[in-house]
Amino acid sequence: MFKWLDPYAKSETLYHFCGKLLPYLMVSALALLLLGNIWGLAFTPADYQQGDSYRIIHIHVPSAIMSMGAYAAMASAAFVALVWQIKVAHWAVLAIAPIGAVYTVIALVTGMAWGKPMWGAWWVWDARLTSELILLFLYLGVIALNGAFSDRQVGAKVSSLLALIGVINLPIIHFSVEWWNTLHQGASITKFAKPSIDPSMLWPLLISILAFAVLLLALTCLRLRTAILMNEQHRPWVRKLVGG
Amino acid sequence: MHFQSFSEFLAMGGYGFFVWLSFGITYLLLLGLITVSVYQQHQFKQQLKATIAREQRVKQYQEQQI
Repeated sequence: MFKWLDPYAKSETLYHFCGKLLPYLMVSALALLLLGNIWGLAFTPADYQQGDSYRIIHIHVPSAIMSMGAYAAMASAAFVALVWQIKVAHWAVLAIAPIGAVYTVIALVTGMAWGKPMWGAWWVWDARLTSELILLFLYLGVIALNGAFSDRQVGAKVSSLLALIGVINLPIIHFSVEWWNTLHQGASITKFAKPSIDPSMLWPLLISILAFAVLLLALTCLRLRTAILMNEQHRPWVRKLVGG
Repeated sequence: MHFQSFSEFLAMGGYGFFVWLSFGITYLLLLGLITVSVYQQHQFKQQLKATIAREQRVKQYQEQQI
C-alpha cells in the first residue's frame, strides 16, 4: 500500500525531491506571512477588550500551534527512525528540532510581550506557559542528546527515543487551559465548535497559521538537504553533485 | 484600513512597544534561522568541494610520480 513511498527513503531521491519543492515552499511561506501579518496588523478592527495589543495573536497563535505541529512531525520521524531503522528519518528529526525550538521561543517571547500589558507580568508559572517552556527544553534535549554520545548510533537512538517520550507533553499543552486554573485564555479556534473569534480577525490568523506551517516545511526541506549531503559526503552521487 | 494615520499605526493604541517588540523579535528569529540554514548548506558545499579538489590533486601528483 505504501510502496510508492519507498523511493523517498533513498536519500538521493529525497534530496532532489526536497530541492524541487523548496523554492515554491519558501516563496509561498513568506508571501502568506506578509499577507496574513499586514492584514492582521492594519486591516482588522481592534479588540473590544484588549485594544490593539491583541494583534500579537497573529504571530503568537501561529508559532504556538506550529511549535506543537513541528513536535508531532519530529516525533513521527523519530518513530519511523526507531521502528524501521531508516536513517533519513533520523536526519529529519534533527532537521526539524531547531525549527521547532525557534517557533517555541517565538511563542514564548510574543506571549510575554502580550502578557505584560494584559496580565501585568512578563511571566507567570502558569500551566500553559510552563508546559510550553518544557516543550522548548524537549527540543533542546533532542539536539543535545544526539551529540552527547561518542557512538553516533547510540546518540541517534536515544534522541529519537526522547522525541517520542516527549509527545506526552503535547496533550498537556493543549488541555492545560482546561485542566488547570489559568490566566491564559482558552482556545479561540476549535474544530468542534464555532470559533469564538470574529471572522474579520479569523481569516488573517488562519493565513498566518498556514504561513508558519509552510515555512516549517520549507525549512525542513532545506535543513534535511544539508543533513543528507553531510551524512552521505563519501557517496559517489554527492561527490559528483558537489565536486563535478 | 483600521488606522487613520501612519503614526497611529505605529502607536498601536498605546501598545506599540509590545506589538512591535513581538513582531520584531519574530522576524529577527525567523530571518536568522533561514540565514543560518542557507549558510550552513553553502558552507558545507564549499568545504566538500575543496576536499574533493584536494583529493584529486593528490591523486594527480601520485600518478605523476609513478
